[in-house]
Amino acid sequence: MSRTLAEKVWEAHVVRHGSGAEPDLLYIDLHLLHEVTSPQAFDGLRLAGRPLRRADLTIATEDHNVPTVDIDKPIADLVSRTQVETLRRNCAEFGVRLHPMGDLEQGIVHVVGPQLGLTQPGMTVVCGDSHTSTHGAFGALAFGIGTSEVEHVMATQTLPLRPFKTMAINVDGELGPGVTAKDIILAVIAKIGTGGGQGYVLEYRGRAIENLSMEARMTVCNMSIEAGARAGMIAPDETTFDYIKGRPHAPSGADWDAAVAYWKTLRTDDDATFDAEVHIDADELTPFVTWGTNPGQGLPLSANIPDPEQIVDENERVAAEKALTYMGLEPGTPLRDIHVDTVFLGSCTNGRIEDLRAAADVIKGKHVASGVRMLVVPGSMRVRKQAEEEGLDKVFLDAGAEWRQAGCSMCLGMNPDQLAPGERSASTSNRNFEGRQGKGGRTHLVSPLVAAATAVRGTLSAPADLEN
Amino acid sequence: MDAFTTHTGVGVPLRRSNVDTDQIIPAVYLKRVTRTGFEDGLFAAWRGDEHFILNQEPFKAGSVLVAGPDFGTGSSREHAVWALMDYGFRVVVSSRFADIFRGNAGKQGLVAAQCSQSDVELLWKLLEAEPGTPVTVDLTDKTVRAKDLVAPFEIDDYTRWRLLEGLDDIALTLRHEAEISGFEANRQTWLPTTDPLPAV
Repeated sequence: MSRTLAEKVWEAHVVRHGSGAEPDLLYIDLHLLHEVTSPQAFDGLRLAGRPLRRADLTIATEDHNVPTVDIDKPIADLVSRTQVETLRRNCAEFGVRLHPMGDLEQGIVHVVGPQLGLTQPGMTVVCGDSHTSTHGAFGALAFGIGTSEVEHVMATQTLPLRPFKTMAINVDGELGPGVTAKDIILAVIAKIGTGGGQGYVLEYRGRAIENLSMEARMTVCNMSIEAGARAGMIAPDETTFDYIKGRPHAPSGADWDAAVAYWKTLRTDDDATFDAEVHIDADELTPFVTWGTNPGQGLPLSANIPDPEQIVDENERVAAEKALTYMGLEPGTPLRDIHVDTVFLGSCTNGRIEDLRAAADVIKGKHVASGVRMLVVPGSMRVRKQAEEEGLDKVFLDAGAEWRQAGCSMCLGMNPDQLAPGERSASTSNRNFEGRQGKGGRTHLVSPLVAAATAVRGTLSAPADLEN
Repeated sequence: MDAFTTHTGVGVPLRRSNVDTDQIIPAVYLKRVTRTGFEDGLFAAWRGDEHFILNQEPFKAGSVLVAGPDFGTGSSREHAVWALMDYGFRVVVSSRFADIFRGNAGKQGLVAAQCSQSDVELLWKLLEAEPGTPVTVDLTDKTVRAKDLVAPFEIDDYTRWRLLEGLDDIALTLRHEAEISGFEANRQTWLPTTDPLPAV
C-alpha cells in the first residue's frame, strides 16, 4: 500500500498496535532534555522507584534559563540556578549525558541535536519542548511532549500515540532575493491559521523546499507547531545526507551506506494521498512580518495594519482588536512605519550559522540605528565559535550590536534577556504571544534579513530598503 | 491520578480565542522544580487587571473553564495544566484544543471537553446572565449540563477510560515490557546512541 513519509516512519516504530480505542505504542529513538520540563519527570521516576530505561538514547543541555553574559559566574537568579543545578544532579544520578554552560556543545537543544549528528532521517525524536518539530527537517518524526510524557519516555522509551492525519504543504516555484525560509513558514501559518494544523503532521514539499539548505529547512519545520501541527517533516535527500555526513554521531563506513540506502526509501510514495493539501507559490512570497499576538497574524512587509472591522469571523475580529490594543497599533498604519526598540537575532528558529551569516551580510559596514539595541545570540556555543572564526562577531560588534553567549534568551525571556513593558521588538524567534519576551513586551516576528535591516533603519525594513 | 466520573462546580466564561500557554502561565513561573504551587502563575498577566473574570465573584471559585477556540496553543509546558488544576479547575470546555495541551490534560486528570462552538456560546451567555450557575461535567455520558442546557462533548475513548479508572499510563505501558525489549533487539545497529564519543 502506498504511504506518506510520516506513515512510513510511524509504522517503522510501532512496538505494539493498539486494539479498538487503545493507541499504538511507538518506540522513541532519541530523547532530548532541558532544565525546564524535566525536573518533575525525574522526580516521578524516583518516587515510583523506576530506572531510566535508555540513558544511551537520552541527552541533555541547559538552554532556557542560561544567561547570555557573564556565564562564568553563578546564575544570579536563584530560582533559575536551582533549576539548572537540579538538571545537573538528575543527569548525574541517572547517567544522562549533559552539556552544561561553558561546554562547547551547550546550546539550544534543537540546535545541538542536529549539530552533533544525533538527528537522522527516519528517527522518532521527542523533547519536552514544542519546537522539537525542528528535527523533522531531516525526515524524522519529531514532536514536543509534556512532562508526564517525558517521564513516560524515561521509564519505557516509548509513547502511546494515536496516528496523526497528514497534510501536504506544497511550496512550488522559487524564492525571490531577500525572501527566506522564515517568510515561507510565516506565510503558511497566516494561510492555514494557528489551529489549521491541529491533529496533522505537515509534510513540506515542492521545489522551493527542495532548494532550501538544511538549516533553512529546520526554520520551516521549527514553526510547524505555530500552525497547531504536532510535527513537520521534509523528505531526506542529498542535501540532508551531505549535512549529516562526518558529524560526530553520523554512521560511517558500511553503516553509512546501509543508512543512506534506508534513508532513500523515506519519501512519500507517488500515489499516496494526504488527508489535506495546501499550495503556496514561492514566486509570490515577499518578506513577511507579524503585526499581532499570534503567529498567524502576519502580512507582507509592504502591507498596512489590518482593520478589525473588515474581519468577518467574530472570534478573529475580537482577537485582532485585542491584539492591536496590546501591540499599541492603529489600523491602516504601514508596517514599514513601525519603530522598534530592540532587535533579537537568535532562537531555535533562526540562531544557526547561516542565519548569523545572512544578517551579518546585511549589517556589515552599517550601524544599528540610534535608540535601538540589537542582541545577537548564537543557538549554540559551537555556532558562536564558528561565527567568531568567520569574523561575524566583529561585524555585529562594529555595527553596535551585542554579541552574546548561547541559549534561548529573549525568545521567551526566562533569563534576564527581556523586553520592558511597552517595548517593541523585531525578533527572529517563533512566538509573538502577549508577554512572551517580557511582561508587556510587543513582538514582531521577522526573518534574520529583516531583523538586520530593521536594526539599521529602526523601523520594520527589508534589506532592499537599505539601498534606497 | 484520581479517577474522574462527574464534577459540578462554578463555570467561568472566558471569552477569548487562542488562549496560548504563555497566557495560561508565563515562562517566569516555570522555574520551579516542584509539581505543585503553580496557581499563582495562572493567567498571571490578566489577573493584574481587576476586571479580569477570575477577579470577580463568584468566578474566583471557578472549577469549569469555558473558553474560546484553540485553547492551549503554543509551548508544550505541562505547567499550564498544573496551574489550572492547582487553582482548582477540573474541566476546560472549548470547541478546539491544541494537541499537546489536550494530551497533557489527559495525563493529569484535567478533562478537556470539546463542545461545539455554538454550545460554548450558549454556556457563555448563561454564565454571564446568571453568574455562579453550577455546571456539571459528566464523563460517563459525555455531557456538560447547566440549568436546561445539555451540551454533548467529545473526548477520545482511551483517555476517557483512563480518566474514569484513574490509571497511570506508565504502568499500563510496562505491561508490554516483553514487546518493547523485542522491538529493541531488532533496531538497526547504525542508529545513533548518545554515549560520549572517544576524544579525537
